[in-house]
Amino acid sequence: MIVMSNVYKKYPNGITAINGLDVKIDQGEFVYVVGPSGAGKSTFIKMIYREEMPTKGTVKVGEFDLANMKLSKIPFLRRHVGVVFQDFKLLPKMTVYENIAYAMQVVGKNPKQIQKRVLEVLDLVGLKHKVKMFPNELSGGEQQRVAIARAIANMPRVLIADEPTGNLDPETAWGIMDLLEEINNQGTTIIMATHNSDIVNSVRHRVLAVENGRIARDQEQGEYGYEH
Amino acid sequence: MNIKTMWRHIKESFKSIKRNGWMSIAAVSAVAVTLLLVGSFIAILMNANKLATDIEEDVSVRVYIDLAAEEEDRIQLEEDLAALDEVESIGFSSRADELDNVIGSYGDEFGLFEGDDNPLYDVFVLNTTSPELTADVANQAEDMNYVAGVNYGGATADRLFYIMDTVRNVGAIIIIALIFTAVFLIANTIRITIFSRSTEIEIMKLVGATNWFIRWPFLIEGALIGFIGALIPVGIISYVYLRGFDTIMRYLSGTYFALLPPQPFLYYIIALLLGIGVVIGSLGSSLSIRRFLKV
Repeated sequence: MIVMSNVYKKYPNGITAINGLDVKIDQGEFVYVVGPSGAGKSTFIKMIYREEMPTKGTVKVGEFDLANMKLSKIPFLRRHVGVVFQDFKLLPKMTVYENIAYAMQVVGKNPKQIQKRVLEVLDLVGLKHKVKMFPNELSGGEQQRVAIARAIANMPRVLIADEPTGNLDPETAWGIMDLLEEINNQGTTIIMATHNSDIVNSVRHRVLAVENGRIARDQEQGEYGYEH
Repeated sequence: MNIKTMWRHIKESFKSIKRNGWMSIAAVSAVAVTLLLVGSFIAILMNANKLATDIEEDVSVRVYIDLAAEEEDRIQLEEDLAALDEVESIGFSSRADELDNVIGSYGDEFGLFEGDDNPLYDVFVLNTTSPELTADVANQAEDMNYVAGVNYGGATADRLFYIMDTVRNVGAIIIIALIFTAVFLIANTIRITIFSRSTEIEIMKLVGATNWFIRWPFLIEGALIGFIGALIPVGIISYVYLRGFDTIMRYLSGTYFALLPPQPFLYYIIALLLGIGVVIGSLGSSLSIRRFLKV
């Protein structure tokens, strides 16, 4: 599903964020990405949805070859890769409904399909009663649920979560975690970058520890932790 | 792109104008103020130009006919003058008519000169096809037979033409400069409203929107802001011009001078202002989002 081999990423300012990274993630896996700040975690995540491009090496997501992809193809990759951020990134001037509908309009779905699916995903994240609210009227946890609902609206094969619980209190964080588990059970690959050791140690999954721009540890049912 | 998608973009842009509230009002007012300035100046300068032309056309060449000329000499002279390409029309004014004019302007004392004592000449009054040709025609007429003298205001008229040309050129420069300013101001205002929405565009890209899918609503929004902004000056200028036209024309009645009639002049201004608004609005917004779409 996702294959990276011998990947390097050097930024224009001279910093090498990824330094010969190899990894392979299968469809339906749940993978934690851990590591200290500045280890290349974010760059690794961003390369999966072509926010960053490798300087060298190959990155493949499904049938997309990200290192040799035309700019005009990026939108189509992103329709297969849902992304959830620490700061939610909801469109502030759109309602909950419109935020999710937007992601589907982009794909060209018709209003009927959109309405059905939006209510379906909102039901899944437990926010069906808040369709008409604006993001600033919701709590952090609720906003993150909307972001997740948006990310899965188009039934992507991969869901990337970049510190999805980073801004949330522990209890809310567990709620989000349950939701991600459920989505994973439906067959979606989940790649989650996190600093939350409680979650990683309690809900065991494959752990990729990124250090110095490489995978320092790749462990099934792994624990949280890294050398430095 | 199908009609449904276009319809979605149009609805989306209306919604966005509403939800951006103050930002939209600010942009619309900026467009309105700028275009009001442009429109008023154009109306004023175009009329100044019209008046200048009226004044110039009022200048005619007066050809004094030698007292020694017989009837046939005079007819010959008239034919010669009419043969000049630059001459548009010829009028004849006899020495008696001329004296009547003088008496009319300066008083009855000149009545003493009536009859054989009349010191004036018979006159051909020429109008030229274009005001700049006046001096030329005067020179040619001077060389003809039985011409006692030619008068067209000479240096005074030349000076008048020079001033009028200057007025015209300066006016054209001001109008062009104003249009440039308007373009710059409107494009910049719209740019600022879009800059404040850069995260919005970033998020749209993240969920997989193509560039055109993002661009269309912004483009339509820009055009709408330009259009709405232009409607305000269009209304004000139309109202003021129609009112002002009636008032000023009353003063000008009985003279050679006239303002540009509202029809079709006002239509041109309306078309110009709406055109600037819409074109600059949509262009300004699509140029501004270009940099956000690149990454």
